[in-house]
Amino acid sequence: MPREFTPKVVTANALIEGDVVYQTADDRWTRDLSEAELIKDEGLANLRLAQAEGQPELVVGAYLADAAPSEDGPQPTHFREEFRRTGPSNYFHGKQAELTDV
Amino acid sequence: MYNYSEFDAAFVAERNRQFRAQVERRIDGSLTEDEFKPLRLMNGLYLQLHAYMLRVAIPYGTLGSAKMRQLALLAEKWDKGYGHFTTRQNIQYNWPELRDVPDMLDALAEVGMHAIQTSGNTIRNVTADHFAGAAADEIADPRPVAELLRQWSTDHAEFQFLPRKFKIAVTGAPADRAVTLAHDIGLQIVEREGEIGYKVIVGGGLGRTPMIGKVIAEFVSQDDLLPYVEAVVSVWNLLGRRDNKYKSRIKITVHEHGIEDIRARVEERFKVIRPTFSGIDVQLFEEIKAAFAPPAFREESTAIFETTYKTDPIFRSWADVNLADHRAPGYAIVQISLKAHGETPGDATAEQMRVMADLAERYGHDELRISHEQNVILPHVHKSDLPAIHAELKKHGLATANIGLISDIIACPGMDYCALATARSIPIAQEIATRFDELKLEHEIGELKIKISGCINACGHHHVGHIGILGLDRAGVENYQITLGGDHTETAAIGDRTGPGFSADEIIPAIERIVEAYLDLRDGADETFIETYRRVGMPPFKAALYEQAEAYAAE
Repeated sequence: MPREFTPKVVTANALIEGDVVYQTADDRWTRDLSEAELIKDEGLANLRLAQAEGQPELVVGAYLADAAPSEDGPQPTHFREEFRRTGPSNYFHGKQAELTDV
Repeated sequence: MYNYSEFDAAFVAERNRQFRAQVERRIDGSLTEDEFKPLRLMNGLYLQLHAYMLRVAIPYGTLGSAKMRQLALLAEKWDKGYGHFTTRQNIQYNWPELRDVPDMLDALAEVGMHAIQTSGNTIRNVTADHFAGAAADEIADPRPVAELLRQWSTDHAEFQFLPRKFKIAVTGAPADRAVTLAHDIGLQIVEREGEIGYKVIVGGGLGRTPMIGKVIAEFVSQDDLLPYVEAVVSVWNLLGRRDNKYKSRIKITVHEHGIEDIRARVEERFKVIRPTFSGIDVQLFEEIKAAFAPPAFREESTAIFETTYKTDPIFRSWADVNLADHRAPGYAIVQISLKAHGETPGDATAEQMRVMADLAERYGHDELRISHEQNVILPHVHKSDLPAIHAELKKHGLATANIGLISDIIACPGMDYCALATARSIPIAQEIATRFDELKLEHEIGELKIKISGCINACGHHHVGHIGILGLDRAGVENYQITLGGDHTETAAIGDRTGPGFSADEIIPAIERIVEAYLDLRDGADETFIETYRRVGMPPFKAALYEQAEAYAAE
């Protein structure tokens, strides 16, 4: 029996800065996971991933990451994605600092 | 100090020019990521969790103040104000932007540094004893041969696409401070009937399949060394498995074929290639040796050291653990801890790098070393200068008196930075150091090496820690396995796994239970943790670890 598909977001690293980015429903790349498109259909997820992989001038290493819906948009379901969403735990660096500055 | 020749400088400049063009072509879309990735890796540029990471080589851990200041400049100008010193005597920058990396490489080249072969399936940065040229127990300085190996291996045409990465370490003393037994090739300088030569060890390594290296040759003469090492790498290049990256390292080749078979093949290969080495390498070695001549040590009273030692308990505490014996009378080796309690092991700010550069220039014959234990060394310091050095270190958060103690933890970057990691290691190291500082126990505990890796690749050397901690992902939760009894020295051993792992919340109390058990079990304060472990074995530690955990859970 095929495994049930769990919701995903398309994520990657930005080509120049290297930081974590997410694909939005209107085909932008955002640094804020809450703006990401939460994809609930496997076929659509594969299509969106293929589209992301077709933008090597913008991003590197696109993949599908598990996420769960919430009132604040998609949320990570694995600790690795939580660290990617925020930044390192030893310094207030990376996205946690940059998103505060916005 | 060895300085790069015009040939070296021209080679690095040309590589940098090529890489600048490659970065431009990646950014303008002429190169795909698949095409670009091997090119960036050849120049030490990784893409990690939050950003790119540039790994810069510090060959055999030796540098002068000009290089250290340039490392500080890179940290400040193109990173976030700090750098991370690693277990293979490199420095890593965690936040560079792709377009800036060519400028960073050019800035490094200005002081004779580079990032070539700090990544990829090549011979990596050659490491050495961080007390080289200064240690009281040294037979010969290992750095000249490390430099010879660096020149031989850099851009070696046959060894640019090896089955996997290949790591060489050299020690010149019987006390192994270079972890030679856990390297693909470990070289130990030995003396036989007045002749200096090399004991050659192959097939050590940590990671998924940890192994202690085996002696392939008890004595290789200086004249034969380069062709012998070339024969070893050449045999492995042919035999090493390329079908499975987990079985590709030379340790697996040695294990599968047996050391006798590998030795026979190496000797056969050596006979073929020995005549192709014309002796230029031997001549070159003599020239390199001259560049590592010891500085002019001065003769002066050490009275101020003795007085300060008697009257200042903070200085005494620091001197007792952070100094090592120097071979010259009146001199000491200063170990600067990059493990202030609660800070990230191995990190130094740009300001701290400049302070250490200034101290080296003023008091240390302009020499610095990076240790595989992620600390910085001033190898040649007259004892009369120690009070002034300590005072300056204190001002900049660099006077932590904990070398070799429980808070002097090796920790890989872990999942906070590394794309390969499966759990974090830095916060665990920070919490352990903070906890034992609060308990005011670490000087009472004495020598105890904790080493932490955030994944099975073992960059934090956890297998050879007295207490090793391996972070893993267990069903979506960070889990930490403990090993005991590891040893990274000349009596190297792989630690034994205690049993089931612990969650991030449980790991600090678990380490505390092990240490409490040691304090109960030891045969006096002179018996170190590793000695106690070797005497009593795993059972009492296991009981303390798990039975007490069960009792705690049942309450």
